[in-house]
Order: sequence, then C-alpha cells, then structure tokens
Amino acid sequence: MVAVQKSGTFQFLVGKVNEVLQDAIGAPIRYLANWGRLYSLWPVHLETACCSVEVGAAAGSRFDMERFGALEAFGSLRQCDLLIVMGTVTRKLAPRLKLIYDQMAEPKWVIAMGACAITGGLYFDSYNVLRGIDDIIPVDVFVPGCPPRAEALLQGLVLLQEKIRKSQSLRGV
Amino acid sequence: MAVETEYVPDADKIMNVSLGPQHPGSGHFRIKLWLDGDYVVRAEPDPGYVHRGEEKMAEYRNYIQNVPHLERPVILDSCGILFPYALGVDELMGNKVPPRGQYLSVIMAELNRIISHMYFLGIYGVFMGHTTMITWAMGDREMFIDIAERIGGARVTFAYIIPGGVRNDMPDGLKERALKTCDWFDKRIQEYEKIFLYNPLFEGRTRKVGILSRDDAIRLGTTGTVLRASGVNSDIRKDEPYSVYQDFDFNVPVSNDGDSWARLWVAIEEMKESLKILRQAFTKIPDGPVRLKLGPQPRVPAGEVYTRTEAARGEMSYHIVSDGTPRPYRLKIGVPSFKNMRVLPHLLKGCHIAYSANLLEFEFLAGRIG
Amino acid sequence: MATTGQPQPQPAPQAAPATAPPPTRATELSNRVKERFPDIVVDSMKEKRLKITTSSQKMRDVALFVRDALIFDHISCVSGTDYIGKNEIEIIYFVGNLSQPELKDFVIAIAERPKRDNPVVQSLVDVWPGVEYHERETYEMLGVNFQGHPELKHLLLPEDWSDLPPLRKDYNSPGR
Repeated sequence: MVAVQKSGTFQFLVGKVNEVLQDAIGAPIRYLANWGRLYSLWPVHLETACCSVEVGAAAGSRFDMERFGALEAFGSLRQCDLLIVMGTVTRKLAPRLKLIYDQMAEPKWVIAMGACAITGGLYFDSYNVLRGIDDIIPVDVFVPGCPPRAEALLQGLVLLQEKIRKSQSLRGV
Repeated sequence: MAVETEYVPDADKIMNVSLGPQHPGSGHFRIKLWLDGDYVVRAEPDPGYVHRGEEKMAEYRNYIQNVPHLERPVILDSCGILFPYALGVDELMGNKVPPRGQYLSVIMAELNRIISHMYFLGIYGVFMGHTTMITWAMGDREMFIDIAERIGGARVTFAYIIPGGVRNDMPDGLKERALKTCDWFDKRIQEYEKIFLYNPLFEGRTRKVGILSRDDAIRLGTTGTVLRASGVNSDIRKDEPYSVYQDFDFNVPVSNDGDSWARLWVAIEEMKESLKILRQAFTKIPDGPVRLKLGPQPRVPAGEVYTRTEAARGEMSYHIVSDGTPRPYRLKIGVPSFKNMRVLPHLLKGCHIAYSANLLEFEFLAGRIG
Repeated sequence: MATTGQPQPQPAPQAAPATAPPPTRATELSNRVKERFPDIVVDSMKEKRLKITTSSQKMRDVALFVRDALIFDHISCVSGTDYIGKNEIEIIYFVGNLSQPELKDFVIAIAERPKRDNPVVQSLVDVWPGVEYHERETYEMLGVNFQGHPELKHLLLPEDWSDLPPLRKDYNSPGR
C-alpha cells in the first residue's frame, strides 16, 4: 500500500481520473446541489433591531416570502442556512451575532438588511453601535434602506439565489 | 398556570436557561431563567441588545434633526413615540398647532395603534402555534399601512408628527377609502374574536395564565394594556387629553381578569375604539394649514418639560431640558415596554416554561432603546 | 368584564392670561408638602405638573409622604441630568397617580441634586418597586450610586463597559 502511494505514476493516474470524473459528473452535481439549496433557504430568526418589522411583513401574507423558497424558521439555528441581519448591531449583540453565525452549518449565507447593518446608518455617532457588520461576519447581499421595504428584501433574496445558482464550489461558498 | 401551594425549589435540580436573544419570542431581548423541571423559579430580564444611545445622540442634534432617529426605538408605533416629543417641544416654544395638523396627528397615531396591535396579534399567534393568526393579522395590517403610507409616504417610519404640526397634508380622496377600510375592519374583527379570542384551545392556553393583580400592576409601575387588563381605568387620552382627543367619543376597555387572555382582549377592544376615533376624525377634520413654519433650526427657550401620551403599548413620556440653544440639553425617553418589563420576573415566577412565551407579549415592542 | 366608560375628565382650567395666579391644584399640593417639609424648594408649578427639589437626606421621607399622604402611587419615569457647570447631577422621579380620579392628569416630579464627584443617593425601590430598572438605568447612564438597591449592575450597556457613564456631559461619543 505504502509502496503504491509513493508511486508517482499512480498519483498521476488518480488525478487524471478525478479530473475526467469531475468534468463528467461534477457540473450536473453542482447544478443539482445549487438548485436544491437556492429554493430552500431557511433564515435564522434573529431580530437585531427595527428592520425585523419589515421581515415580518415580508413573511406575512401579502408579500409571502415563502413563494421564493425562504420560510421563516422557528426551529434550531443549526438547521438554518441564511442569516438575515435585521438592522443595527450593538456592541452587546455583536459577540452573540458572531456566535450564532459560527453555530450555523455550512453552507451559509448572510444578508445585511438596512442602513445600520451596512454602515451604521443613522447611528453613525452612537457609542454602542457597530458601523457595519462586515467587520465581524462575511456578507453576501446588502439590502439598503431605513428600513428597506418588504419588496426590497425580496429582491435581495432573489439576488442571493442568483449568487447561489452560480456557485462553483460544492461547499456552496 | 400559577403554582397553588408554597413551593420550595431543590437547589441541586435548578437548571439555568437563557431565553433569547435568538428566540422567536424574545426579539432584541434575553431572559435568564432558573428552572426546576418545568417550573420557572426565577427570571431575570436582560435587555439592552438594541441600546443605541438615542439619548446621547439627541444631545448632538437639533430639535428637527432629532425627529427621524427618535422614532426608530418603537418603529411599529413610530407616530406614537414622536407624539409626546412634538408636544413637549411645542409646549416649550409656545406653539399653537393648527387644528388640521392636530387632527392629522391623531389620525396617524390611531392608525399606528392598529398597525402595532395587529403585529402583536400575529406574533402572539406564533407563540401559540396558531399560524392562521399570523397570516391573517399580517395581511390585514397591510390595509392600514396602505392608508398610513398615503399620508406619511413610508411603510413604517413616517417622521410625520414634528414640532409645530405634521409634515404634510393628506391626499384628496383618502377619506372615502379610509372610511371604507374602517367599515371592512369592523366586520373583520368579529371574525378575529370568533376564531382566536373565543377559541377553546386558545382560551385554554391563555386564561388564568400570568395573573397580575390590580395592586401589583400599580405598584410595579406598569402602563397601557397591561394596566387596563388588571382592572385599572387609566388611559392618558382620557385622563390628560392632549392634542384634540377631547373632541372624540370613545371608551376605555378595562378588564378585571388580569390574565394573558384579558390583555389580548383589551388589545382587540382598543382597536375597535381606534376605529371609532378614526371615523370621527376623518369626518370632522377641519380645513386649514397643517403646520407652523419654524425654520430649519428653531430656537427653543430654556426650560424643562415632561409630556406623556398614550402610545400603543402604554404611557410614552419625554423629559426634555432645554438651555436655550438649538439642541436639547437632556432628553429622556420613557418607553412603555421598559416600564412594563418590571412585571416579567414577577409573573414568570412559578410559571410553566411553556407558558413563558405568551408572557413575553409585554416585551414585544420593546427593543429598548436608549 | 365590561367596557366601562371613563368618568368625565376634569373641565380644563380656563386658558389663563399671563398674569394669572399660579394653578390651584399645584399650589395646594405644594403647600401640603411644604407644611410637612419646610425646606423643600418648589421649582416650577404648571397646570398639571409640580416639581419640587429636596436634599438627598430628606428624599426618602418626602417620597414616602408623597406616596402615602398625597397618594401618588404610580411611578411614571425616572430621569437624570448632568449639570456639569454646577457640579451637580439631578435625579428626578416623575410620579403619577391612578387612585384619585380628579388628580389623574397630575404628575409630581421630585428631584434631588447630589454632587457630581461622588453621587450617592438612597434608592426608592421599597417606596415604589417600579423604579427598580429605572434606577439601574440611571446608575449606568449617569454613574449615580443608589444605596439600598437590590441589584445595582449594568442593564443596557455591554457587560465590559469601562468608560465613563455615557450620559455624563464630559463623555464624548466616539463618532463625534
């Protein structure tokens, strides 16, 4: 076994077979995985601030976020793959936000909703507010507004789905 | 359900659970619970996850610049939180707001009260596992948002009530539509009562849960629906009529039960009363200007004022200290949910953990703020 | 359970000319407090508001008097202001009442002014239990120590806050 592994020819062969296989079935599998992921986004229910009102409206019956494949999850965050940061993140919440993000399973995406989550917004000179959450967690889609309308959030969701559809890695990142 | 007998917990069995800040019921808020089996032995609220230093920020901005950020703490009831601020600044400056402006602020405050209560109903439904409630309430809430949007120009943050009156007039032809919506909602609310309020399963989960006696409600400084559900006839719109509330004919719903169900009943009754006020206001509204011209940076004479109004959750109060400069020297916001928060440890003690979620109803608009 | 109509609110006192005598209800209440505590200062009297200032030592007695004799039983708000020029911090308790229908619109503000360097005052949690969280907030926002408070610790600020209390006038927001 050891002898075989040391053999350069064998490694070359394995690499070649791998490449051929990836070309042959990798693309369909990626497509399948991305397709599955993009229509079953489960947002974590974390209300960080006042934008959560518009998330509530977007999940409500007029805007109905579920028709885009995102259903507000009231279960465990370990089964969720989307973190919508609804507005201002304060210094007291920031460590908890990071913890929640770390507890989520891969693949995971983040939408920063509202001016406060993007740059601090109206609260740029407050002593207790983080100026943008991309200092602590990576963000995929920014939805500007104060607060963004429910339609804007839906558009952000569609943009995120576009991103997932084009994802090249099986891990989804 | 309260524990009947005196109950001494076994110290070895106590489990410490943190409810929130990531929890559907908590929203911006955490409660530390000490549990023995299914019972809550002790509860300690831990707010401050949305403390944004509003009071310090207000000292850096002038009286007009303060309007947009002051409505964010209680965004569902954004006109309710601005109302006492505008009243306070008007009182300090000696402004006489034109009657049409006063009527429009009352209209927006009442629309906001309905919008806020509907959201509360929806979230309450989630706590109960009653998903019909959230879909109904969230959908019907949009009808009132539509009216408010045509007046204020936004879905939730209107920055509408400002010192000196309101920002702009309402569009033509809104009155007929608003009256129609009121008529429709009057019928609709009866269905709500039938399906939610007098639903036996729902009653089973809310009746006799979290009973707050009249004395405790006063002693612990609660306000709003909590206070009225405990049998105290207190509504600042009646007790201390501000703006043009003395012109309207409405009742104050009071329940003597003091339990979770009564608080929901009071909220639903209040929406009916708000509809009454809306109808009267839309029919009686006089013509004329809607605000005074104050200029971009009004100078407010030195002085001190304490104003309070009845917002959707209860008594909203402002303490404004002015030193004669364009910026407030000190501005203190007294938010109803913060006042009601004192009740939570009192009510949660001895409760089943499963019932704790519906007691969180108080805190619902909370945030806090700062 | 019944929807009870509110008793008619007091007819609002006539809009007074500029030289009108001070409002009667406020005068009456302030006289009653003055009778019992001669050294209190009446800061301002309005139609529905009365503000009195007392020393930190007398605060508890005045509060008990206001609660028991005047029956102002419902705490409305607790506010504090940093007067850096006078080296004082003013703490105000706004007390309303729910038991006397004719005084329901009245709010008494009781103020005390401890020194700014080391503000220590008596907690009023046992007088009005509702002030518990208000006092905790004042403690962290203005750095006032309330003696006798059951649990004086941070409420809104992060647990690791080590700067000056943010509402002190010499604290500057980092964004400014």
